[in-house]
Amino acid sequence: MDAPRKQSALVRWIDYRLPIFSFMDHELNAYPTPRNLSYWWNFGSLAGFMLVLMIATGVFLAMQYTPHADFAFDSVERIMRDVNWGWLIRYIHMNGASFFFIVTYIHIFRGLYYGSYKAPRELLWILGVVILLLMMATAFMGYVLPWGQMSFWGATVITNLFSAIPIVGNDIVTWLLGGFAVGNPALNRFYSLHYLLPFLIVGVVVLHLVALHQHGSNNPLGIDRKGPQDSIPFHPYYTIKDLFGMGVFLIVYAAFIFFMPNALGDPANYIPANPLQTPPEIVPEWYLLPFYAILRSVPDIWLLLFTIPAKTAGVLCMFGSIGVLFILPWLDTSPVRSSRFRPVYKWFFWLLVIDAFVLGYVGAHRPEGFYVLLGRAGTLYYFFHFLILLPLLGKLERPRPLPASISAAVLRAVPAASGKVEHA
Amino acid sequence: MTDAAHDDGGTRRDFLILAASAMGVVGAGAVAGPFISSMSPARDTLAAGAPVDIDISHIQPGQQIVVLWRSRPIFIMNRTPEELQKLQAAPDANPLRDPSSGALQQPDYAKNWHRSIKPEILVLVGICTHLGCIPGFNPQPGGELGPSWQGGYFCPCHGSRYDLSGRVFAGVPAPLNLPVPPYTFVSDTVIRIGENPAGSNFDLNSVEQL
Repeated sequence: MDAPRKQSALVRWIDYRLPIFSFMDHELNAYPTPRNLSYWWNFGSLAGFMLVLMIATGVFLAMQYTPHADFAFDSVERIMRDVNWGWLIRYIHMNGASFFFIVTYIHIFRGLYYGSYKAPRELLWILGVVILLLMMATAFMGYVLPWGQMSFWGATVITNLFSAIPIVGNDIVTWLLGGFAVGNPALNRFYSLHYLLPFLIVGVVVLHLVALHQHGSNNPLGIDRKGPQDSIPFHPYYTIKDLFGMGVFLIVYAAFIFFMPNALGDPANYIPANPLQTPPEIVPEWYLLPFYAILRSVPDIWLLLFTIPAKTAGVLCMFGSIGVLFILPWLDTSPVRSSRFRPVYKWFFWLLVIDAFVLGYVGAHRPEGFYVLLGRAGTLYYFFHFLILLPLLGKLERPRPLPASISAAVLRAVPAASGKVEHA
Repeated sequence: MTDAAHDDGGTRRDFLILAASAMGVVGAGAVAGPFISSMSPARDTLAAGAPVDIDISHIQPGQQIVVLWRSRPIFIMNRTPEELQKLQAAPDANPLRDPSSGALQQPDYAKNWHRSIKPEILVLVGICTHLGCIPGFNPQPGGELGPSWQGGYFCPCHGSRYDLSGRVFAGVPAPLNLPVPPYTFVSDTVIRIGENPAGSNFDLNSVEQL
């Protein structure tokens, strides 16, 4: 490597034995990044930042939290009232979950819009879906820990999903809970796993990055880099851009932490868990609402010879909604990555975004009347989009012509943007 | 940016990088503060460390009671006149490390031969200054602790010996006398541990070794 040679004798001594400096130089300085990345490419590093922040705040919260059904709620209140800055650390962590999901969902939709899941980045995408699943599990179990009403009944509802499994369902639920209902054993294992899973996420994130750096970032044009004229070094160009974006992001995040810390939470979770009384409405945190809507929308499904009962069908569809993401790289048959050059897909992409919001809206309301129909329509569209539309669209759609290279497209855009006459 | 700027050893960009990095470090430090502070005793823990009132009227001469204050055992002993006499006698066989309480292990009002406010009432933090065990109360002379034992405190962990004023003997692992906590007499029969008599502001954390 070039850079370490310029470094001090100590750095060279270390690098000869443990090549961390070469590694950093290779992955940051020399790492070629498309020169045309937009701000939508900020959200990956933001998600990484949120992961670190959640682990850091979580470690400090764990120092004060008591994982016992009799003490958990009070220990959280103690964090809020008695522990120095406990309110701040908890609000960072609590709202951090929401902002981690905001960042991650934008990151995912960015990937959907620009076709970042297509060859050769299929495994990169799949690892990302694994991270999403781990995040959901971690968030769910973390939400149980304060042992409020929503914690308790959310845990009850979600663990009972597994009772939909034929024959052994009930035994599995009992095994998962370590008891006949949600109680202290469940709380203890959720705490243990809530501490463990983030570190598994870190592991998968490392794999995600290794896969990313193998072929480099996709870009808004969705075409491959063809040479040095198409790329710039990650450092300092994208480190500074990422940092600037992080500053903007932190302003919004801090506004929530300091001025409306409970805006994204459910007030019912400030009522201690009561195993004898279910709150009038059970809703998960907002980031799980679309999946919750799918779970509740599905009716009995009649196949030719037998029926899948609504409960089982709902659970299958909910898990299936993540499942289709795993096979997305093969469902989308279009060779063109970026929606900029896919005039039809572009519209359906935005329809999917609206669909996600509609499902989220449905998930927040009791499944009655209009909401049931809306939920079914939303669920139907979701699967239609991935399972039918994407395979067909690749064959039917006529993409716009792709630019010859990133640099050609970027350099052509400059005079046009500044209103100057183009010099051929 | 002119070449002159380079000659000065810094460019506008150098300045901006330095200023931005300094702001970043200040910000990171400001964020670290609350996290570090959160590990200090919380408000409820501090409240639990408030002074406690102890009724000492039932402690007979020669007896000791142990109470908890700030999660630490506090020895309160009512010493007999004979025991007090022995403390004043010059130690012969087993010399004391710090007989006149020179080291800061007690408030000024206990820096005397009896290491207490009233000679007969002894108040100590019952934690060996060696490695934190609780010394046993062995007021009787002789016995298992040998013919030279005059009565005092014996730490079972590593054999440190203290007299009945909590003064450590020479030749044992413990380096310092047992600490005396801040305390005051609310009345003849009630002492308040954790509060100094008027005019003193002794802080237990200021001693050399707890």
